[in-house]
Amino acid sequence: MAYNHKEIIANRPSRFTSGHRMCAGCGAPPVARMVLRALKPEDHAVITGATGCMEVSTFIYPYTAWTDSFIHTAFECAGATCSGVEAAYKSMKAQGKLPEDKDTKFIAFGGDGGTYDIGLQSLSGAMERGHDMVYVCYDNGAYMNTGIQRSSATPKFADTTTTPAGTKIPGKMQSRKDLTLIMANHHLPYVAQTAAIMNFKDLYEKSEKAIYTKGACFLNVLAPCPRGWGYPTEMLMEINKLAVETCYWPLYEVENGKYKITYKPAKKLPIEEFLKPQKRFKHMFKPGNEWMIEEFQKEVDTRWEELLRLEEITNKE
Amino acid sequence: MAEINANTPWQDLTIGGNIYEAGNARNFKTGDWRSVKPIYLSEKCKQCGLCFPVCPDDAIPVNKEQKREDFNYDMCKGCGVCAKVCPFGAIEMK
Amino acid sequence: MSIRERLSGNEAAATAMKQINPDVVAAFPITPSTEIPQYFSSFVSNGTVDTEFVAVESEHSAMSACIGAEAAGARAMTATSSNGLSLMWEMIYIASSLRLPIVMSLVNRAVSGPLNIHNDHSDAMGVRDSGWIQLFSENNQEAYDNLIMAHRIAEHKDVLLPLMVCQDGFITSHSIENIELIEDDLVKEFVGQYKPEHYLLNDKEPMAVGPLDLQAYLFEHKRQQAEAMRNAKKVILEVSKDFEKMTGRKYGFFEEYKLEDAEIAIVCMNSTAGTAKYTVDRLREKGIKAGLLKIRVFRPFPAEEVAKVLSHLKAIAVLDKADSLNAAGGALFEDVVSGMYVSNIHVPTVSYVYGIGGRDTKSDDIEKVYNDLSEIVKTGKIDNPYRYLGVRGDK
Repeated sequence: MAYNHKEIIANRPSRFTSGHRMCAGCGAPPVARMVLRALKPEDHAVITGATGCMEVSTFIYPYTAWTDSFIHTAFECAGATCSGVEAAYKSMKAQGKLPEDKDTKFIAFGGDGGTYDIGLQSLSGAMERGHDMVYVCYDNGAYMNTGIQRSSATPKFADTTTTPAGTKIPGKMQSRKDLTLIMANHHLPYVAQTAAIMNFKDLYEKSEKAIYTKGACFLNVLAPCPRGWGYPTEMLMEINKLAVETCYWPLYEVENGKYKITYKPAKKLPIEEFLKPQKRFKHMFKPGNEWMIEEFQKEVDTRWEELLRLEEITNKE
Repeated sequence: MAEINANTPWQDLTIGGNIYEAGNARNFKTGDWRSVKPIYLSEKCKQCGLCFPVCPDDAIPVNKEQKREDFNYDMCKGCGVCAKVCPFGAIEMK
Repeated sequence: MSIRERLSGNEAAATAMKQINPDVVAAFPITPSTEIPQYFSSFVSNGTVDTEFVAVESEHSAMSACIGAEAAGARAMTATSSNGLSLMWEMIYIASSLRLPIVMSLVNRAVSGPLNIHNDHSDAMGVRDSGWIQLFSENNQEAYDNLIMAHRIAEHKDVLLPLMVCQDGFITSHSIENIELIEDDLVKEFVGQYKPEHYLLNDKEPMAVGPLDLQAYLFEHKRQQAEAMRNAKKVILEVSKDFEKMTGRKYGFFEEYKLEDAEIAIVCMNSTAGTAKYTVDRLREKGIKAGLLKIRVFRPFPAEEVAKVLSHLKAIAVLDKADSLNAAGGALFEDVVSGMYVSNIHVPTVSYVYGIGGRDTKSDDIEKVYNDLSEIVKTGKIDNPYRYLGVRGDK
């Protein structure tokens, strides 16, 4: 069935309610809500949340913004916690302890801190063991919950509270870890990178595939943070679009080892377009710092070309 | 689930902080966070739906006819993302 | 009729787990508890149990997976030792605060560092304030029996707390001894089905577990945990009574060995009690009125009851197989003396830290402690209440 976002929103009630306490204009709630809309309305879900912005703002006792079952344990173990829930389901279902005619799906959400860094081992373990689950990383490129500290997802040169752009060191000096490729190299049935652009088609379709592909699947979704990135809150959708149009955040999927870039910009925009509206990159635009933009562009180009190559190689007969 | 608030004695709290009423955050109003307010100009709206999914606070009700209704001001935090994506100027921030 | 067998402590624990047939076991190998998941995996592979075995990549994940599984509505179990428990530490607190009756077999081993694989109780002592019920076992039989009783205690509606059954690494985990096993169907009936009131997999009542619990609520939730731990005392005795009806084997908070008419006594836990019993018998032959109090239930700590059974003594030595490194004696010592103090019982009591890192504690060592107690009784003097037993360099 072709994606019709109006129909989906009208017919599938939100499973991530209002009344949560994420910041105004946060990029993560629209992502999480659309991921959950990919669930068949008749399916139950158990959501696991890693400690982070999304968890602490959606489940403050005595309120929860999740209409499905939800569990949070700690920062670094959403993968393992979710695998325990899934193992319980498998075991109890096989023993006839759960209704036969009802399907439950397992989805974990973690920010980049809880996914790229402290939760990487737990995630890797859960994926390698092949639990029937989807791990969704909402990547906002730093530890936003604790106040914008650098993570391994933070882009190079970004000004964060632990990599402040100073006179001697101009922001974060290391490149961003490519977690999507790391997960692809776990040889999972389905891995995808996406963002909430346009009418969320790419995000919805990949979520649906990930949820309904048997086995361990991984989604990496860009989730801009107006506070941490330093852009006006209303620009959310524009920032998402610029990330994709500059190829900073390519949209692609890896299905059974085959790479497919799901959106190729007709004209790749220069990286400045993405960097310019964000305060965290402001120092890169000072006279004398042109080299930083050049270097950033080079990295984006190299990674984009690598992706094009991967797509070509893996689709050869 | 019985009403729980900051005066509830320990004997009456759910154990472990469990919540048995999924989605009850709907009862927690966030509208007072707002400093600017989106105004829906229905006459300009073409019901294109671009604003439907972008609201972080699910404050744009969409009915079964796939049409949006006026904002849920109990929940809208006033971020302005919806106004920015509207191609027809049907949402004004005031 | 019970089944006579010869099993190591680890085999006994694995056998109990097989008979309990939990829905999920998540475990990670660590000496000396490794054999438990090993044996258990073969039960899974051969279809002897219905369990989903999750071979996690760390102990932190083992406890995380157990929490996920138990919250989902399953019975979840694990086994670990030493640093494995240390790595779980964060999740240990979360398991009890979420009120999940997970059951663990803890094969006690020294916590690093430096690295040592042998027995002491520093692992269990590191989580003594975590809100887990802690049962200690003298031998393979007790390790087995405690596990069979574990779920009935942990899952009781007035308790709902996780529980760990401790036994001494290598000393009992790897020693083959006689054991009486209970028939499978009797265990099944005794343990019963796990039917949680609320669970994640109940699609008719979706629920949320593990909130951000701020100033207005966390204190009350901790108070609930404290109450549950108090309730556990009653439940432990009830379940032990039922267990006695089934097996004839009697369990309480502790075991008193020749304590009633004793003048001097040792308080200790796990396998050392076996050595102490032998020593008590030897001393009794010489006319020395020695006795022993072996603690089975360390958490909840039966402070009042312990104080009462020690009240008639002339001198007491509390043996801790872990050093609290606090300049004020071991953890068990502190609990015993504070229990006595609160009950207004004043018996000269000394702390002995012993057996660290698997240092062998022989009958002669235990006898030395009794001799020290006799000396205290004779002179009425305690020069140093914080003593070490079996360490080189101390007098």
